[in-house]
Amino acid sequence: MSTSPDVRRETRPSSAVAIDVAAVRRDFPILSRQVHGRPLVYLDNAASSQKPRSVIEAERSLYEGYYANVHRGVHSLSMESTDAYEAGRVKAQAFLNAASTREIIFTRGTTEAINLVAATFGRSRVGAGDEVLVSGLEHHSNIVPWQMLCEEKGARLRSVPINDDGEVILEELERLLTPRTRILGMAHVSNALGTINPVAQIVEMAHARGVPVLLDGAQAAPHVAVDVQAMGCDFYAFSGHKIYGPSGIGVLYGKASLLEEMPPYQGGGDMILSVSFEKTTYNELPYKFEAGTPNIAGVVGLGAALDWVTGIGLDRIAAHEHALLEYGTARLLEIPGLRIIGTAREKAAVLSFVMDGVHPHDMGTVLDYEGVAVRTGHHCAQPVMERFGVPATTRASLAVYNTKQEIDVLVAGIEKAREMFA
Amino acid sequence: MSSELRELYQEVILDHSKRPRNFRELPAATGRAEGYNPLCGDRATVYVELEGDRVKDVSFKGAGCSISTASASMMTEALKGKTRAEADALFDRFHRRAAENVAPELGKLAAFSGVCEFPVRVKCASLPWHTLRSALEGEAARVSTEETEASRGDADGKTRPEGSS
Repeated sequence: MSTSPDVRRETRPSSAVAIDVAAVRRDFPILSRQVHGRPLVYLDNAASSQKPRSVIEAERSLYEGYYANVHRGVHSLSMESTDAYEAGRVKAQAFLNAASTREIIFTRGTTEAINLVAATFGRSRVGAGDEVLVSGLEHHSNIVPWQMLCEEKGARLRSVPINDDGEVILEELERLLTPRTRILGMAHVSNALGTINPVAQIVEMAHARGVPVLLDGAQAAPHVAVDVQAMGCDFYAFSGHKIYGPSGIGVLYGKASLLEEMPPYQGGGDMILSVSFEKTTYNELPYKFEAGTPNIAGVVGLGAALDWVTGIGLDRIAAHEHALLEYGTARLLEIPGLRIIGTAREKAAVLSFVMDGVHPHDMGTVLDYEGVAVRTGHHCAQPVMERFGVPATTRASLAVYNTKQEIDVLVAGIEKAREMFA
Repeated sequence: MSSELRELYQEVILDHSKRPRNFRELPAATGRAEGYNPLCGDRATVYVELEGDRVKDVSFKGAGCSISTASASMMTEALKGKTRAEADALFDRFHRRAAENVAPELGKLAAFSGVCEFPVRVKCASLPWHTLRSALEGEAARVSTEETEASRGDADGKTRPEGSS
């Protein structure tokens, strides 16, 4: 798998048993609520997904049963909390197939994970005249931290263009990987368009030039199986809240050899072995990068979310979502004046579209009154919007609990908006 | 359609958004300004031709949602013949109506009172007015809904940071 150019394998399983969507939906208490008198149709999963009961329960039982600070006390609650916290790390390690728990660092989310790498690895590796490379698909969180670094260092941020389908142009990547490139930042899956990048191939291309790679997995982790060793990436980041877990918690995977040489991100408690006014000795991995009392409940909740996802199986989740994507794509294309933005061959469950005569904001408001939650705007990916010459899109992003019936409600809502405005 | 939604998208608003009035450039403009809402990409350029202290002509160009387009269109209709002071006063009344639904007589512009139920849409309605104010002041700078609020401190509805992805 180390040289396999894509992750199609994970997105198109043929042997998977179909999931029981009704049972899945019963796991999510919020899905039974109504919005403006209509059943909630939650299609804003790329922004944040809803939480299964097991995640809510995990946090509740922590707080009701054994909560205390971690890595500190000799008392029972502290030890129980520490065990639960570190169990979350083991689950994250297994989920990503990382070689060691030393390579799993908890952050506030993908954004902080990327900032951590830019501020430590980036700051020690990037100098004046150097280049940092990203793609034209990136979320602002995989642009701005590098831009700040480049400004500070007098380096140059460059981006690999994308084609009309929203795919990274690999010939351009090849050309832009120069002797000055110090790191490549790339989305595994695009948040605005759903494009699944051929990350194993991209990592191989970068490594051939000696360029380390950070993959932004915020939109990938909930939808495709992730294996950091098979992909070969140097860093991988994802967020808890998009994978049915709590907000405010995320994971940075980094190769131990790189993490060892990186300076700490923040100073404080937990990240030290000993402190005097003359000298501080930093803690071992991964604690070197986890200053202060961490998000204990977040990690416990994330662990429960990863258990839940693993229990269903990412191959089955991907198969379900892919079927919905195909159905949704076909249904949307029936609507006159509607254009789907992002038509990559390999795509996760994102339907981003524009419609003649109906501004996305109006679309979003009308759909809300049908009970349908979608994202409208630039999706924190303004360069992507510019590339396609649109100020904004409406984005329906799917998750394991969505159904074809919900797609039908979306389509009916779009038709209603068209009648009103177009 | 729900009553709140009908209240927001009143017939007069839909009419102006589909057939905006004074939707043109103004060669004789004495002032112009470009308004921009970075959160949704709405853009409006407002042109004003002043004769003395009075608005002789006013027009706009741009692309935006139905609320911002209708707001710009109805604003241009309401402003012709007004003095600068009258225009300012109208903006204040409009703003209070759209953001708080409390205001004195507004005439046709009262159609925007439904917007106050939709805090995230208040900026859509007020963008053309902020832009007009710059055009009247002869400012060359671009107006942004975000900068406007940060610097002037007269937040429309609830100011929210950009959401996650």
